[in-house]
Parts: sequence; C-alpha cells; structure tokens
Amino acid sequence: MNSVSHLTQLIIANALSRRRLCILLCLALAGLIAASPEEKRISIYSTAANYALQVSDHGGKDYVGLLEILEPLGTVSAKTSDGHWKLTYNDAQCEFTSEKKRARVRGKDFDLTANFLFENGRGLVPLSSLATLLPRILGGPVSFNEAARRLFVGNVAVHFTAQVAGGNPPKLVMNFTAPVNPTIATEPGKLQMTFSHEGVVSPGSQLLTFGSSAIPSASFQEKNGAAELDVNSNLPLMATFSNGSRTITVAPPAAPVASTSVNPQAPVPSPAPAASVMPSPPIAPVPAATIPVAPHYFAVIDASHGGDERGAALTDQIAEKDVTLAIARSLRQELTARGLSTMMVRDADVTLNPDQRASMANAAGAAIYICIHASSEGRGVRVYTALLPPARESNGPFMDWNTAQALYEPTSQIAEEGIAEALKAKNVPVRSLAASLRPLNNIALPALALEIAPQSGDIVQLTSPSYQQSVAAAVATGVVNVRDKLKVEPK
Amino acid sequence: MIPRHLIIAALIMVVVALAMGFYVWRMPHRANVALPPSADTLPVAPPVSGPTENVVLYVANDDSGSLQARTASIPLPAGRQERAQELLRALLEIYLDKSSPHALGAGSEIREVYLVNPGLAIIDVNGAFANLHRSGVLVEELTVASLIETLSANVPGITRVKILVEGNQRDTLAGHIDLTNFFDVAVMTQLAAQLQNVP
Repeated sequence: MNSVSHLTQLIIANALSRRRLCILLCLALAGLIAASPEEKRISIYSTAANYALQVSDHGGKDYVGLLEILEPLGTVSAKTSDGHWKLTYNDAQCEFTSEKKRARVRGKDFDLTANFLFENGRGLVPLSSLATLLPRILGGPVSFNEAARRLFVGNVAVHFTAQVAGGNPPKLVMNFTAPVNPTIATEPGKLQMTFSHEGVVSPGSQLLTFGSSAIPSASFQEKNGAAELDVNSNLPLMATFSNGSRTITVAPPAAPVASTSVNPQAPVPSPAPAASVMPSPPIAPVPAATIPVAPHYFAVIDASHGGDERGAALTDQIAEKDVTLAIARSLRQELTARGLSTMMVRDADVTLNPDQRASMANAAGAAIYICIHASSEGRGVRVYTALLPPARESNGPFMDWNTAQALYEPTSQIAEEGIAEALKAKNVPVRSLAASLRPLNNIALPALALEIAPQSGDIVQLTSPSYQQSVAAAVATGVVNVRDKLKVEPK
Repeated sequence: MIPRHLIIAALIMVVVALAMGFYVWRMPHRANVALPPSADTLPVAPPVSGPTENVVLYVANDDSGSLQARTASIPLPAGRQERAQELLRALLEIYLDKSSPHALGAGSEIREVYLVNPGLAIIDVNGAFANLHRSGVLVEELTVASLIETLSANVPGITRVKILVEGNQRDTLAGHIDLTNFFDVAVMTQLAAQLQNVP
C-alpha cells in the first residue's frame, strides 16, 4: 500500500514539474514578445469611431494605409488603373501615383511629403502628410499630433481637470468631458493610466502639481497613439470610477478601521458619516466628515463658464470662456510668483455648474476664492462681492447653501478693498459692487468675482497677454497686501 | 364677313379680360404674402385708462454703467397690479426705443406682474427679454436693478421680487445674474444706490 502511494506521489510531482516547465516556457515567450520593439500605431479619434491602425516603416519614413483611415469615417472605395490609385471618399475624388509625390485631390494638385506607395493592394501615404491631406479629403478640420501619432477629426478631444481634494487621506479627483476607460497599472511610486481609445488631451501643462505631500504631482504624455497620465505618490494608490466613467478618483486604499468589537470575526462596521458643517449643494449625495482641514491652497481661481457654456460672445470670434481661462492662468502665475499656492477650478475647456465650482472651492480650504469674468461693456475692472439678504435664519452649526458666503462677507469686503486699491495704483479703472452672481453666495471662504473689461475700450485688448498680465499682477498684489487679514476664522 | 377691326378689338378685350381675371385670382394670395408674420404676432397693448401721474423710473445707462432716476408722466390705472405692469411697460418702452441708453432685444416684453401678499412681486418676462439680453454681470444687473427699483419705488409694500421667464424659473438672465432666488427689495435698493453712484 505504501509503495503504491509513493508511486502516485512521484507521478503527481512529475506532472507538476512539467506544468511548471510549461508555465516557465510561456513566461519566457511572453518576455521575448514584450522585449521586441513596440509596434508603431496611429490612433484616430472621430465622432464616428475611435480606432487604431498599424504604421509601417518604408525608407525611414512612417506610412499608413489611406483607405483604412477613411473607411470608418464615410463611404470610401478605391481602384487601380494604369499605375494610378483612384480613391473616392463620399463626394471627393483623389488620385495617387505609385512612387510619386504629386497627387490630385478634389480636382486640385497636392504634394505629399514623400512618395505615395502602392503595396499589396494598399495605398500608403506618409504620416507627415496627414495634417494637410485629410482636411482636403474630409472637407473639415483635423488636428494631428505627429510625434504622438494621434489624429483628431473634428472637435472630439476629451479634456479633463485634476485637483487634490482635501481630507485624510487626500484624493486626486479627475473630471473628464466624456466617459473614459483607461488601462491602469501600478508600480511603486506611481499609478499609470493609459488612454488608448479616448482622445484625452493635455490640460495645458505636461506636469500637474497639486501641492499635496501625499500626491504631489502627475505627468501627462502622449506617445504611440495613446495618452498616459502618471500620478506620482509616496503611497499605494487605487483608482475608482464614478459619474458614468467621467470621474476618476485616485486615492490610497481605505485603511482598515480599528474595530472596537471584542469579536475579531465580526464584520467591521464602516464609520457613519458625520454631519457636515460645510455647506453642501441641496442634492449632495454624501456629507463629508467634520474634520478641520488645514488650507492646501491659499487661493482658488475660477475661470467662469467653459465647455458648452460659452459665456458672453465678446466678439464673433472671442468667447468669454476663453478669455476668463487665459486671465485665470495669468493670475495663477502671478500669485505663484508671489509665493501663494493656487488651485484652478478649471484649467481646460470643461463644463462645470455653480454647485460643482462651489464644492471644489469649499473643499480646497483656501483663504480666498476669485472668480474671473470678462466683458466688452465699460472699462477696467469691476470687483463684486455676493449680494445676500440682510437677515438670515440661524441653522445652528449648519450653513445654508444659498447663503454660505454670509459668514465671510466682512473678509470678502476686505479683499475687495485690497484688490481695488492695487488696481487703482496701476491706474486701472475699478468699481466695487455687489451682485447676485453664483457661485459667490455658496462659497464658504472670502470670495470675489472680477469682471474684466478692456481699459482702452478696444475689445481686442482683452485677449492681449500684456493687458491680462497687468490686471493679474495688480490683483495678485492686492491679494498679497491683505493676505494676513484673510486667514481669520469666520464669525 | 366680320370686319378686321372688330376681330382685333374682340381679341384685345379677351386678353384684357384674361389679364384682369388672373390679377383678381392672384390678389388674395398676394395680400397674404405681403403681410409680415411678425406684424400680427406682437400683442397690441390695450389703451391705458386712468389719470396721468408723475413716477420715477430707474433707467439703466450702459455708457456710464449706472442707474439714473428719471421722472415721467404716464397714465396709470387704479389697480395696484395693473399699475405695476404699466410702470414696467413704460420702462421697457424706453429700452426698446432707438435711442435707448440700455438696449434690450427686439420683442422684449413684460408679460405679467403678479403682486402676492405679503409683499411679494413676481415679474414674468417673455422669452425674447431673456434670450436676446446681452450677457455680462453689469449689464444684466442693471436690467434687474432697474426693474425692481422702479417697481418698489412706485408701488409701496413690495419687499421681495421674483423674476420668471415665460412663467418658468430660469437659472440666470443671460448667463450671469442669478434668477433662482428671490430679490430682497431692501438689498436691491442699496445696490441701486451703488449703481447710481458713478465713480
């Protein structure tokens, strides 16, 4: 009986070692594949479809099949006759000749940057010609990042904002303008998100800094038809999706809660959410815990409007949302240069409602909130504080969302005076007013809105970087002048 | 044999008769085409009856970015609510005039003013008023302050005002000034004083 058992053990051990050998061989093969040069590809983003194509190398130049690019975008056909490759895309007729740069597109001559190639029945065009060739064929705008091999047909780019919300542990919250589904990988010191199928573009800067010791920065890069966002942290991170995959929250995994139960096998109850003394929008799903949060930023800058909400049409070409973002960025630069950390509510062309803006500002625990507006009416700068009812009912420790600013009115007026003085010192016409302008009344910190008009009366001045910088510098000086008075607790 | 001149005369008469018939047949159609559709979509304000009174209208001025008190003599009906409507319609007449200091979009109207006790006034403007309003904090604020201050200065007892557009609540007038909350008249009077004080 013992010998039979021993024999059985030997057979099992032998089978296991064979299995291990197979696994090792598979791993080695996978390693070899992984070690081989990365296949070049181009990603195309359009309203019809997002797709990727293989890029081939011919004589040191990158080529891609033109028919394959156009097929998902419309009705396309191609035929060969007498050494010519004739392509029809919707109503556009194109003709290419093998080994020639000269082509005809919609009846007009067009020069490719390198010879057209006809290979195995496929018409190949150089990648470097796509930026000029495709708009002619498609009859619409195309944006091509040749270095990263990312092609955007029409206005399909996905923008995002990223900011660290205060709390313990801190969370990096990223809001995207469309649902995203990145591939996520973690390694010590960073969490990497790779967007292969979504046209995610840079929020304006390749390096995003958050002023948080736990999540100090993130870097954005585009390469080989994909966008990569690396979140740097000294903690292990985990990403969660919400808002229909439009929001990604990156945070350290929840620490196990110390159980007070004497029975270690009992399930650990999750802590009940405590009532919040910070104001929340009426439909806020979960109140935040009452934890005194040290300010992470000195100032919150809010470029008004954005995304679908264009704001005022300052001219036929200039939308308020673009001017406010440019001025907000200039103000951030001026405040940072004066040693004041700032958070931008939006740093890209995204749509945010007043409740979202107020929530982000209130969560930042900053000393001042400044909202930027722009106008073609009047001259100079108008500084607004919230227009609030004179008497308010007491809600005990809770703040009314619609009058959250009430407690901070005196400090807001101090800030208003400081900024107005600094603008006057720079000979900028300035006027101080109150306005029923959201989200000012929802902000639980000193809050102002600036409506910036051209000083000269010429609306083009609003888009002038020098004018934007001079106004931003004066505002930053005003903030610095009253900074010590802003850090007071609300009465 | 019929004389030639009679044949020619008969032919001319037939041609004239056909031409007149065609003209008469086309007349109703031309009359329909000639009427501009917008001409009959504008409501005709009923003639206001009542004694002429001196009132103070708070008129926005875009050049100075200010509110200016302006005395006007207008016929006002006896009823409080009708009086409020006529006041604001008189104000809008100034804004819709070619030489308006604060132009509003064509077709802007005050649909109704409702006075609800105690002290609440609801101003219901039409879609054109809001949809064609220029966008900006100051320009929208001037409009709102002008309406509320004119109303409260001439119709005693109003303490709060709500502005609706086509009978519905709207987030903002034209992208900036919040219309979701009630306007407190005391606060708006302070604002109107600020707006009258041009630096």
